[in-house]
Amino acid sequence: MSEMILTAKALSAGYGKKVVVDGLNIGIRTGEILTIIGPNGAGKSTVLKSIASQLPLLGGEVFINDTDITSMSLNDIAKKLSVCFTDRITAEKMTCEDIISTGRYPYTGMLGILSSDDKKIVREAMELTGVAHLADTDIRCISDGQRQTVMLARAIAQEPQVLILDEPTSFLDINNKLRLLTILRELVRTRNIAVVQTLHELDLAQRFSDKILCIAHGKAERTGTPEEIFSGSYISELYGISCGTFDTMFGTAEAQRTEGEPQVFVIGGGGSGIPIYRRLQRRSIPFAAGVIHENDVEYNSAKSLAAELIAEKAFEPISDESFDKALSVMQKCREVICCVQSFGAMNAGNKNLLEKAKSIGIFNNSDEF
Amino acid sequence: MTKKRALRWTVGFTALLVLTAFFFILELISGTTDLTVSEVFSALSENNSAAHTIVADIRLPRAISAALLGGALSVSGFLLQSFFNNPIAGPYVLGISSGAKLTVALAMMFALQNGIMLNSAAMVGAAFAGSLLSMGAILLLSGKVKNMAQLIVAGVMIGYICSAVTELAVTFADDANIVNLHNWSQGSFSGINMDNVKVIAIIVLAASAAAFLLSKPMSAYQLGESYAKNMGVDLRIFRFALILLSSILSACVTAFAGPVSFVGIAVPHLVKTAFGTAKPIIVIPASFIGGAVFCLMCDLIARMLFAPVELSISTITAVFGAPVVIAAMLSRRSQKRGAV
Repeated sequence: MSEMILTAKALSAGYGKKVVVDGLNIGIRTGEILTIIGPNGAGKSTVLKSIASQLPLLGGEVFINDTDITSMSLNDIAKKLSVCFTDRITAEKMTCEDIISTGRYPYTGMLGILSSDDKKIVREAMELTGVAHLADTDIRCISDGQRQTVMLARAIAQEPQVLILDEPTSFLDINNKLRLLTILRELVRTRNIAVVQTLHELDLAQRFSDKILCIAHGKAERTGTPEEIFSGSYISELYGISCGTFDTMFGTAEAQRTEGEPQVFVIGGGGSGIPIYRRLQRRSIPFAAGVIHENDVEYNSAKSLAAELIAEKAFEPISDESFDKALSVMQKCREVICCVQSFGAMNAGNKNLLEKAKSIGIFNNSDEF
Repeated sequence: MTKKRALRWTVGFTALLVLTAFFFILELISGTTDLTVSEVFSALSENNSAAHTIVADIRLPRAISAALLGGALSVSGFLLQSFFNNPIAGPYVLGISSGAKLTVALAMMFALQNGIMLNSAAMVGAAFAGSLLSMGAILLLSGKVKNMAQLIVAGVMIGYICSAVTELAVTFADDANIVNLHNWSQGSFSGINMDNVKVIAIIVLAASAAAFLLSKPMSAYQLGESYAKNMGVDLRIFRFALILLSSILSACVTAFAGPVSFVGIAVPHLVKTAFGTAKPIIVIPASFIGGAVFCLMCDLIARMLFAPVELSISTITAVFGAPVVIAAMLSRRSQKRGAV
């Protein structure tokens, strides 16, 4: 078991005298990424800033390697703990290298002049994050994504044991999001440090975190592995999702279903129905879907979006009972769409449904329904 | 790039030093009595000639004080710009010079009425009190206004209030003192003697050196408060030092030369542009020398343009400085749009 590097005990975080989050206990080991998630305004950033000594603690204690952070000098804290924020840097006439070099601040002398070792570390941080080619570019002349990466390089150049990032992936496109998180992943392993970050992207939090801390209603609601947090309906409860649903398996969201008497019947399966479900939802047409196996990749989407869903147990052929149920729903619809291209033993019932639809004359064969 | 930068900086500093020497010598040789360089040197060595009086008692202290006070203004301006993260902040526009002017005028009038001669230290002390007063008002306001333009407007207004009160006080002063006070309140490097120069040199050099030692936290502060804090800067001490030093520097200028406009904004902006960096470790010394060049040049023009009539120093610094301030403002705007 790797050693505990950052511990918070009964932490109260907030601004001024106002406590935002209370009674927080955190323990992070080297090589771990801890992600804080929670609804807007729950106090994620407040907690982060309190851990990073940016805000005075309103209660409790924070330890780095068993040393109480309040007993450490600012310079010593700076050597253990570095931060990366999303605030826009307004500094004028500073190259990216200048910015990254400020990471060496706690290690330099009175005038802040960099030694050759310092310069080497800055260079390494630039290469690790892939921003070496931007060294001489003005910080104001690069894209948001590049700037975010430069700020990460700065934090790395500070050679911390704990790296604290506030929403590092906001402003980034999907490629840069993945790249940044991959860099963090590598960093915690190779340098044996820990990362504490806040993220809004649940799918990324689920994939790139070792531990997740959920903050809501002024306290730490739950802490655990991504598997523990992303299970059942917990995420929906945490965020109070009311205008749609969240698929904890894939970390994806679906919009709110259109309720009402089904007008269209979709014969789906194997994921082929998902685009149709979403198209019908966008057009506010209530629809029924069937017969979908409970282990089908599109089961969750269908369950979220369809006004009525006829489902079958996993790994079972479609039963007569399910077939009859689907048929009675289908007969009330004005149109039937079939997304399935091939039928086998398990979904033979769906083939029969299609035949029925054709014979009744409600089958829509065209690409555009 | 590092080499290119080092070369640029070396050239920059050399050019500034050459210009300082150039204008300094011009200050010594030109005037109602024109002297050659060799005459200036011989005048300094011989004792009782008219030339000696002109050079040693009038032109030399004037040139030295113009150089030192110009440097002081520029460094003070740069400190304030760093503090407020605003390139158009300076002791003049924020009303800090006017605050100092007010207290110095009151102190002078009080002293004259009671027949006391104010010494240099008392003048600086009075100016420092006034600077801090205006600074305090600005700091109170800066907590309330988030917009940088509003802060500048507030500073200009504080300046107007202080100037109005000064004018009011001058109006009721004794006739004999009015001329003196009026000249001083317009700003001028004339009438500074060698004893004043010693006091100026001690205060300005010490405060500028202290400012130079703040280069490191200042460079961290340029990234914003959160980062500075994370890098181990004690923000309370740092801010206090910035305020203190910028107030001392601008107070010293106002005590001896009256309010001098726009130098504090124009010079740092020109230096940052010429040196292509905002690193305090470069900008502070370069601003100091640049301020010396700027004020020597402006003083020369103020003296010579309509000689023997002498213009107030602010008239000239405004002509050269104000356009630079506008340029600084525009570059700030284009920066927000993402251009250089």
